[in-house]
Amino acid sequence: MIETRGLRKSFRSRAGRETKTVEAVRGVDLDVPAGEIFGFLGPNGAGKTTTLRMLATLIEPDGGQATIAGADLLKDPGEVRRRIGYVAQGGSTWDESTGREELVLQARMYGIRKTEAQRRAARALEAFQLVEFADRKCKTYSGGQRRRVEIALGIIHEPKIVFLDEPTTGLDPQSRAHMWDEIRRLRADGMTVFITTHYLDEADALCDRIAIMDHGEVVAEGTPADLKREISGDVVQVGLDVTATGEAEKLLDGEEYVNRLELLDEGGLRLFVDEGATAIPRILRRVDAAGLDLRSIELHRPSLDDVFLTKTGRSLRES
Amino acid sequence: MKLARDTWLIFQRQLNLLLRNPVWVFVGVFQPVMYLLLFAPLLKPALGAPTQAEAYKIFVPGLLVLLAIFGGLFQGFGLIAELRAGVIERSRVTPVSRLALLLGRSLRDVVSLMTQAVIITLLALLFDLRVFIGDLLLAYLMLALIALMTSAVSYGVALKVKSEDALAPLMNTVAQPVLLLSGILLPLAFAPGWLQGVAKWNPFSWAVDGTRALFNGDIGDDRVWQGLTIIAILAAAGVYWAARQFARSVR
Ligand SMILES: Nc1ncnc2c1ncn2[C@@H]1O[C@H](COP(=O)(O)OP(=O)(O)OP(=O)(O)O)[C@@H](O)[C@H]1O
Ligand SMILES: [Mg+2]
Repeated sequence: MIETRGLRKSFRSRAGRETKTVEAVRGVDLDVPAGEIFGFLGPNGAGKTTTLRMLATLIEPDGGQATIAGADLLKDPGEVRRRIGYVAQGGSTWDESTGREELVLQARMYGIRKTEAQRRAARALEAFQLVEFADRKCKTYSGGQRRRVEIALGIIHEPKIVFLDEPTTGLDPQSRAHMWDEIRRLRADGMTVFITTHYLDEADALCDRIAIMDHGEVVAEGTPADLKREISGDVVQVGLDVTATGEAEKLLDGEEYVNRLELLDEGGLRLFVDEGATAIPRILRRVDAAGLDLRSIELHRPSLDDVFLTKTGRSLRES
Repeated sequence: MKLARDTWLIFQRQLNLLLRNPVWVFVGVFQPVMYLLLFAPLLKPALGAPTQAEAYKIFVPGLLVLLAIFGGLFQGFGLIAELRAGVIERSRVTPVSRLALLLGRSLRDVVSLMTQAVIITLLALLFDLRVFIGDLLLAYLMLALIALMTSAVSYGVALKVKSEDALAPLMNTVAQPVLLLSGILLPLAFAPGWLQGVAKWNPFSWAVDGTRALFNGDIGDDRVWQGLTIIAILAAAGVYWAARQFARSVR
């Protein structure tokens, strides 16, 4: 459904007298099959929005190519526009219009006739549980209600693909769960959904497949389960005082059962081991013998954050 | 035709939003009426016009051109608000015509200006201004072209600078010499030679002269077709340039 090769974009920005070039996206290859929820996971500034805006024909790539729903992004952007929907990260509704007006206008901008546009708007309002507020000005909506209108705007013309840039950022847990259901419903209707997120749990629970992005590059791609399976073994997290962390690192770094070791900013270590059950007693013995104060010890299966950590050397939680 | 349909769509939306804000409509009419009531009476003695009606013949066309220029030039602020709200980006992912995104907005500005112009003309009629309907319609065409040009340019610049902080001083800097060098408030006939020479390079000066000639009933005056031609060419160029900004603006 979406196929990109070597997609690149850099921005020149001026800070005082200097001009700096930010390589926002540096060569992204993606293959997204039809009917999937595809997730783009990455920290702030990773290049997610820039990639999406290129795919949505809003900015021209500096290099590379892409085919979207069968249309060539560079040669036929008009056709791409007809086949996709796009919901921006920063919102897209006008304070003084009502939700219904926005939906009708959006449909009509896609060339849909007035009566049909009104019919679709009514249907979308129902589907997104917005009937109650339909004729109120957008500025009176809550954040969650407004986000639902925006998503409805993105799919009013029944596109083959919809790009949702951080659809759940700023929503409370309950609204988020609702939004997930709505996104799943889009997939059930046969739409391909491309979302960006920096929530690990969202990528894990909602997406069929994800690409992890960092510094403008895709560092890993696959189903959440596959990605986690790539990191074999368990993760043991040892909570220590910041002052004791350095010493503990020296103690444990050489141990043959520790595959990898990461320092935690808040103090403590993250140890990648083959088998947690046998590693924990040995870790405890070492730490105890050195007389270090242990605050906590946890065992868990690798998470997407661990995937990110192994690929980039940083934790997504920290960045 | 797609362009006409899309333009109509955007125009309707923009007009609806404008009408929803009655304060704006009130302000738009109130200001020029104040000029007419409080400033114009000074003119008869100042211009040495034989009658009040003669003074209005000189002043009203100038006032209307002034409104057309300023009405257009400051429309960019509304667009920056739309840009910030993400409305423009949302429009740009749809296949809607880019030219229509501009024209729909600019035509709304033209219509709102024409409404002001008609109100002012009607009021001036009460003060014994007399003008032939044919001449008046041609003068309105001139005003419409001016408003089309200034609003298009304002939108184009807004898309380029993307911030009110940059747009405000820019538009003021443009507006001030344009105003002073066009003989809008007082005819340049009173100006020293060098000033008249500089004003020749100001297209709005031609527009003002043409409009005055029309209000004076001199439809055959060369200044009429010259003014109309100059403004029509500039309006076309402004629209073309601004529509390109709609097609390629980045965030
Ligand atoms: N119009 C622009 N001009 C200059 N730099 C830009 C522009 N747009 C994006 N950038 C830069 O490109 C990089 C990638 O930005 P992008 O918005 O794609 O990140 P993101 O992954 O969407 O981040 P976030 O999670 O914060 O939304 C950033 O360093 C950003 O500052
Ligand atoms: Mg983003």
